[in-house]
Parts: sequence; C-alpha cells; structure tokens
Amino acid sequence: MSLSAQTEVGTELFSTTVAVDRARLVRYAGASGDFNPIHWNERFATEVGLPGVIAHGMLTMGIAGAALTDWLGDPGRLVSYGCRFTRPVVVPDPGEVEVAVRGVVGAVDAEAGTARVDLTVSVDGATVLGKAQAHVRLA
Amino acid sequence: MVDLSRVGAVFTGTPPYTVSRAKIAEFADAVGATSPLHHDPDAAVAAGYPDVVAPPTFAVVIAQRAESEYITDPASGIDFSRVVHANESFTHTRPLVAGDVVSTAVHVDAINERAGITMVTTRTEIADDGGAPVATVVSTLAVRGEGA
Repeated sequence: MSLSAQTEVGTELFSTTVAVDRARLVRYAGASGDFNPIHWNERFATEVGLPGVIAHGMLTMGIAGAALTDWLGDPGRLVSYGCRFTRPVVVPDPGEVEVAVRGVVGAVDAEAGTARVDLTVSVDGATVLGKAQAHVRLA
Repeated sequence: MVDLSRVGAVFTGTPPYTVSRAKIAEFADAVGATSPLHHDPDAAVAAGYPDVVAPPTFAVVIAQRAESEYITDPASGIDFSRVVHANESFTHTRPLVAGDVVSTAVHVDAINERAGITMVTTRTEIADDGGAPVATVVSTLAVRGEGA
C-alpha cells in the first residue's frame, strides 16, 4: 500500500509495537544528549515524586515518528510532526513496556500534495501522546 | 519565578552543530528507525540525498542544545527540576543529512502563567551554513510553581 492522493481518509497505514526497556532509555539518553536522571535513576525519579523511571517523551515521539518514516520508506517525505506529552511512560526494571503505534490517514490534500497522518501511541491501552500528527508528502 | 519579560528574546550564542553519520546512526538505533537511508550512504545517495538522512525527530538534539542557552540562564528563572515537557513539533524545509553544519536561533515566543504552572514556548530556527532554513522546532515546557 502507498499513501497517494487516492488514499481514503481513515485508512490504517500501519500498526506496530516497540519494546522499551531501561537499556533503551540509556541508549536514547546518549544518542540525544538528554541525561535528565528521571530517565535512568530510580532513586532520583521517586524522590521527585514520579512512580519510577520514565521514558523521555522525545523517545516515545521518536519511536512513533520512526515507525511512520520506516513505513513511508523515505524519511524526507515527512514535512512536519508534532504532539503533546499527555501521560508518562513508566519503564520497569526488570522488564519492558510495549509502545504500540498506529498510523491512520486523517486528511488528504491532493492540491498541496500532502496528507495528514494521525498517530495513536499507547501503552497498555492508554494513550501516551496527544494529538500526534504528521504531515507527509504523497507518493 | 520564570521571568515573564523575556518573551521576544532571541538566543544565538550556541556554536554551529555538525551533523555526523555516527550520530545519525546512533539516534536511529535508539528510536528504532531501520531505514537504510539512516545507515547506508550509498542507499541515501541512490535515493537522491547527499549523505545519510536523519530520523524525523533528530532536530531535537540540535534544538535542545541551543535552548539550554535560554533555559539554563539563571536570569530566565526556570527551575529545571520543576520542568515537564508539554509539547513538541517539527517542521522541515528539508531533512537534515550528514555533513550539514547548522546554526540555531532560539526565539522565546510565549510565556503564560495559569494556575501555578508557567508554560514556556521556544521556537528554534535551524539554518544551514549558507543561511538557508532547514527546520523549525517548537517546544513548550511546563514549569511548576512553588505551590503547585
């Protein structure tokens, strides 16, 4: 399936899950340069009132964005992407959480040559990103 | 207390950032982006790019580095231990690619206080070494007040 001017609004483009464990948080901290200890230090996280170590909001947003651009094939087709961070993702140790990402066509603008893709990002059935939307170029 | 008078201020003191193949690969692995265009220069060139392409949220690496000039300035009055990331958005004129040398201008677009929470919105304009726009990153932080 491709995303073109003929694609109908409401079409599901992809649905996938990505496992997030503490090792991935450390990896993202290093890759992004965001070393806030709430993302890797349980003692610090609980001291500041969090239920535990939480994932970087930008990691969750990055996972969802990567799921979309991997599906598109060409990351350069993404024109814009935004979201609100509505619910923290607590990452247990030991263990992992499954971040579920689903992309659905929200609007198609054939004249502009773009479509809006609405991303639903959830953990254990609860949405963790609000109004996660990307605008992408049509194929 | 967040200094409300800083709306409209612009910060350009962060040195230029050089986008590397290694950093793009590292970031792609961290967010699970598997496209060969992030990892294989030959695949990127075959797709029409000068070098490997950054994942869609990579610009946050550049933006957060630049935002810190404002956020960590004591005069801004932002207590980072009371900060929660509220929202983020990216607009790309073109994707970032390895070899880019980009500069940043951080604009303080809005500071709004409501019910003990101060929302601080910055807009980071990222431009290439010729001054052409590459991406805009808008970030809103929620700063909890002493009583919140």
